[in-house]
Amino acid sequence: MPTKVHMEALSPTMEEGQVVKWLKAEGDSVSQGEILAEIETDKATMELVARGDGVLRRVLLEEGGTAPVGEVIAIIAGADEELGDLPAKDEAPEGAGREKEEPAPEKEEAGAAREGSQEPKTPPAGEEPSEGEVEGVDDGTQVKASPLARRLAQEASLELSRIEGTGPGGRVVKRDVEAALEARVEARPEVAAADAPRVKGAAEGPEFEDVPLTQMRKTIARRLVESLGPVPHFFLRITVDMSRTLEARERVNRLLEEDDGKISINDFVLKATAGALARHPEVNAHWNGDSIRRFGRVHLGVAVATEEGLITPVIRDAHAKGLLEVSTEIRELVTRGRDKKLQPEEYTGSTFSVSNLGMFGIHEFTGVINPPEAGIVAVGGIEETPVVVEGQVVVRPLMKVTMSCDHRVIDGATGARFLQTLKEMLEEPAAALL
Amino acid sequence: MAEITYRDALNQALAEEMERDDSVFLMGEEVAEYDGAYKVSKGLLDRFGELRVVDSPISELGFAGLGVGAAMVGLRPIIEFMTFNFSLLALDQVINSAAKMLYMTGGQINIPMVFRGPSGAALQLAAQHSQAAETWYVHAPGIKVVTPATPADAKGLMKAAIRDDDPVAVMEGELLYNVRGEVPEGDHVIPLGLADVKREGGDVSIITHGKTVHLALQAAKRLEKEGIEAEVLDLRSLRPLDVDAILATVRKTNRAVYLEEGWPYVGVGAQVAATIQEEAFDDLDAPVLRVTQADVPMPYAKNLEQLAKPNAERVIAACKRVLYRT
Repeated sequence: MPTKVHMEALSPTMEEGQVVKWLKAEGDSVSQGEILAEIETDKATMELVARGDGVLRRVLLEEGGTAPVGEVIAIIAGADEELGDLPAKDEAPEGAGREKEEPAPEKEEAGAAREGSQEPKTPPAGEEPSEGEVEGVDDGTQVKASPLARRLAQEASLELSRIEGTGPGGRVVKRDVEAALEARVEARPEVAAADAPRVKGAAEGPEFEDVPLTQMRKTIARRLVESLGPVPHFFLRITVDMSRTLEARERVNRLLEEDDGKISINDFVLKATAGALARHPEVNAHWNGDSIRRFGRVHLGVAVATEEGLITPVIRDAHAKGLLEVSTEIRELVTRGRDKKLQPEEYTGSTFSVSNLGMFGIHEFTGVINPPEAGIVAVGGIEETPVVVEGQVVVRPLMKVTMSCDHRVIDGATGARFLQTLKEMLEEPAAALL
Repeated sequence: MAEITYRDALNQALAEEMERDDSVFLMGEEVAEYDGAYKVSKGLLDRFGELRVVDSPISELGFAGLGVGAAMVGLRPIIEFMTFNFSLLALDQVINSAAKMLYMTGGQINIPMVFRGPSGAALQLAAQHSQAAETWYVHAPGIKVVTPATPADAKGLMKAAIRDDDPVAVMEGELLYNVRGEVPEGDHVIPLGLADVKREGGDVSIITHGKTVHLALQAAKRLEKEGIEAEVLDLRSLRPLDVDAILATVRKTNRAVYLEEGWPYVGVGAQVAATIQEEAFDDLDAPVLRVTQADVPMPYAKNLEQLAKPNAERVIAACKRVLYRT
């Protein structure tokens, strides 16, 4: 049976994808799991793998071409297998007159609504059926499935169109979904390994704690969203004297070999933020709508500018990593982010975020919260500034840190306490040793 | 527990309730001197006298109406129809008077009465005397309908029906009167509106009521030999309907076959199938199928009658179809 190669959703927010390069050509044999093409998504360049064995019989989307998620972009089948009315190149995805496909769920709904009165397809009057057209073959826009199978597939995030139905007329029924689930479980050890990398020394115990909302918290949330919504931001700004961090940076960089690279001020900021978050789980939190999720571990999102826009790679368990580890990891993530090579799990799942525009000469700015996170800190550049210390005007390297808070989760005093800890950690880097 | 017949279970229920409450009386054709056409009222005339066990003329509309009048002034009549086939004559009293009185008097006058007798086909009684009357009764709001399948249910539901303050039709079965079964001792009352799982199983639900419960159990036994575990849900009460029990079995097996001896058209199965698709759509792995009497007047000829009635083979075939095991 031929396998249709669909444009898959390779990032959580992807709606369409562009073929950067086909790694297989028509006529090449392919086996399940082999990489067929590189696809550029809204976030990164991803690999599209084969979901069946056979020969790549038809490539329907040229390199550089774009197709919405769900579109059939190639056909894999046996070398001599009859392809019936499967799409050929001249009726390629973006071809004129072809009904634009909806995203998968709606598509299935529509299929359900039409089910029951489904008639064998007949060509419009005056048109000869094209060669090899087979009556009643599903073109992928309608999938017959029992309501239960539909629900189970949705719960398991399986695409119905990929499941072979064994019911009457090819209806996908419960047992087919169960078989597909079993096949998936067998086929995914490598995915499991990529799941949530655990680091040495990462905090053990539950990943997070859900705190039910008190009436007061609910009222605060409701009232503030009315005023400033949907995420009611407020901002706290603190000035940090970076003298000792600058000294510490010089000292540690002297200890490092040349090829280790250098620790940047931003690495200190990230490390200190992670440390402060670990001490303030009430800030290291998500707004869940009906509860607040406080995280015991810090997965720190770091805003990175690329040529095409912003991406936020995540340093997992940042609180448990050393300065050098944080530095190496963020440098590597940034490089791959700019090359659009990040995997989805590398830029999702952050518990809190940091944005630093200091290197662009920005004094201070405010960051926009990335929901459902409860806050973000925006870091400006270090500036030599005259300040009064013990009655004397002296020059100090000052840095302004602005925290945007979701007021449903964080109150002014809560945010202030967190910023105070962050300030202390940057003003006395040795505190990180404690 | 004593094992007695369905007939004796009903007789016990009538006697115990007449003993318990002297406003209860029985009226119908041949219920007194002849002990009832099917001997359900055996001995009641001797025990309770001719004021409480009353032979009526052959006039269903008349004595059903007498019953409604008696109920309006505080008695608790039990009206026996020799069979529910004959009750078609009395439907004006049943539907227009008994079922609607409470509503039309603004809640002032309730009708605590029972209509009882056998319903459905027996053997070769031909089209006019072989019909299941459930749907005519269950269609109208204001009257409750129960269909006991076993001696225990017959006794428990009859007692609950007599004590109920609204009209209740108790539909028995000619072919059920000799069925034997254990009946709990003492004051055995089954609340109206509760279905009963007669056999547990996880693969497919056969939902049914009345006489065909036994057919469902036969089919389930044969399916078991093929490795299919059928659950048999006996509704027992058609109004009120135990929707929770229906949904529970469908959620368990994801598929249902409705079995009834009446016609398919707007039958009980149609109502149940509608309820299932409304309330448990996402739990269904297959369409709800029905096994019913053929949509024709019951033939007299023995071979044709057999073909018209639901049978175990058709139940088994329907179960396999919803299991996609054809």
